[in-house]
Amino acid sequence: MPRLVADVEACQGYGNCITGASDVFDIDDDGVVVLLKEKVPESDRARVEEAARSCPVSALSVED
Amino acid sequence: MTPPGTVVVVGSSVAGVRCVQALRSEGFSGRVVLVGEETQLPYDKPPLSKQFLAGFWDTARVALLTAERAAELDVELRLGSAAERLDLAGRQVHLADGSTLAWDAAVLATGAAARPSPWHTDSGVHVVRTLADAQALRADLDTDAPVVVVGGGFIGAEVAATAHSLGRDVTVVDPLAAPIGRVVGAEVGQYFTALHQRHGVQTRFGVGVESVSGSSGDLVVVLTDGTELPAGTVIVGIGATPNDGWLADSGLLVENGVTCDEHCRAVDAPDVYAVGDLARWLHPSHDEHVRVEHWTNAVDSAVVAAHNIVHPDDLRAHAPVEYVWSDQYDWKIQIVGRPATATRHELIGSWEGTSARGAAVYTDVSGQLRGAVTVNWPKALVLCRRLLMAGTTFGEAMTQLNALPAAVAR
Ligand SMILES: Cc1cc2nc3c(=O)[nH]c(=O)nc-3n(C[C@H](O)[C@H](O)[C@H](O)COP(=O)(O)OP(=O)(O)OC[C@H]3O[C@@H](n4cnc5c(N)ncnc54)[C@H](O)[C@@H]3O)c2cc1C
Ligand code: SF4
Repeated sequence: MPRLVADVEACQGYGNCITGASDVFDIDDDGVVVLLKEKVPESDRARVEEAARSCPVSALSVED
Repeated sequence: MTPPGTVVVVGSSVAGVRCVQALRSEGFSGRVVLVGEETQLPYDKPPLSKQFLAGFWDTARVALLTAERAAELDVELRLGSAAERLDLAGRQVHLADGSTLAWDAAVLATGAAARPSPWHTDSGVHVVRTLADAQALRADLDTDAPVVVVGGGFIGAEVAATAHSLGRDVTVVDPLAAPIGRVVGAEVGQYFTALHQRHGVQTRFGVGVESVSGSSGDLVVVLTDGTELPAGTVIVGIGATPNDGWLADSGLLVENGVTCDEHCRAVDAPDVYAVGDLARWLHPSHDEHVRVEHWTNAVDSAVVAAHNIVHPDDLRAHAPVEYVWSDQYDWKIQIVGRPATATRHELIGSWEGTSARGAAVYTDVSGQLRGAVTVNWPKALVLCRRLLMAGTTFGEAMTQLNALPAAVAR
């Protein structure tokens, strides 16, 4: 299953990933991204990749 | 209906790049060509006034698409050749190098250009839009001489903050009394003026510029009240205009951008889409045509256009809640919705100093939440964005915001 990776150092709290996939990404009180899941089913890959690409600082990736 | 065979995307910045990526993730298997005027590989713009200008990020860090990644996606790059003409009847685009590209669908993503400086000097006066602009400005900012920024909007304010961080003496000039006030209202706008002042950056707001003369390292900016400001470097940040000149004789409806329907399709031109800063589309929730110069809108509209090309029987509307961020000094500023159309706002949290963490929440006669401006408080921004998408009342939004951990009553 595709695995999600978040670079919490790079994250700037812009929040675009959450708008793209609020069931996968959230933000903590300090404004840093939180992964709600570590893996997503293959069938969800396109949607989650799209949400990852909406990150302005490329802090998110979907890996195999 | 079947998706077309060749998609030509014109404009190789964030809207164009995200469009070709989305075409592939939507399952498009035809030919994809990405055309760009600049010879560089696609790069991102927001860092050009922030991390890149400050020298924290290099060119690799602002890259949007590498040649390897383009090859993996089977996207043909045609960089260094501007599109000069769009032939709707013949379904071709003519490039500056004399070649033509045939398309079954065309995506126009040529963005916007910085409004040029009305004052002409041999050197030392900059705009910031392209990587080359930022590199040239960065070189001049290394000279220890005062900097004058003309225009106190987002880009002007960011460049002022960055120049200040590099140790320069900075003055920001704008004919408006509270430049960011145009977006957030005059009262909230004052906090952004105070932000400059707290860092020792001078503001000359409510005064225009009469002339700029001299050359790099030895410029003089004369204001309309007669003040003369000496400067080594001048940055002019007075807005942007859409790159739609090449479409003037195409037959497309072009009026401050390419006019589109709610599906990002150019009106009266089947199979032509416009996205990003170039597009003026019918926003279904606002019931009017809008053109938005925000990064997130460029990405979202590009994805909608790609989806609609690949799934013509399942058209998606582009109905985003507006969102933009700006990083200035020690403040992370985020704006969602349309504060400029609101009539009333309330402040939550703290709006003073380095430890500021607050929100301005906007409404109008309808009693609905209309927008929010947050400072150093991404959690509140995400909440407001979600509530705006759901269509919540102002009262409900205030209750939920006040329940967030960092909310301190003012
Ligand atoms: C310095 C700066 C800082 C910014 N900061 C922020 C920020 O913090 N937050 C935010 O939300 N937004 C920010 N923005 C705005 C954001 O970057 C833009 O909304 C976004 O770049 C729009 O993308 P686009 O692809 O539509 O257009 P553009 O980025 O303008 O790209 C258009 C591309 O098309 C090419 N092109 C033009 N004409 C032709 C032609 N005839 N043929 C072929 N190619 C052509 C251009 O060379 C360019 O590569 C900033 C912009 C700038 C300049
Ligand atoms: S979009 Fe990127 S920067 Fe924004 S919260 Fe998500 S990971 Fe962080």
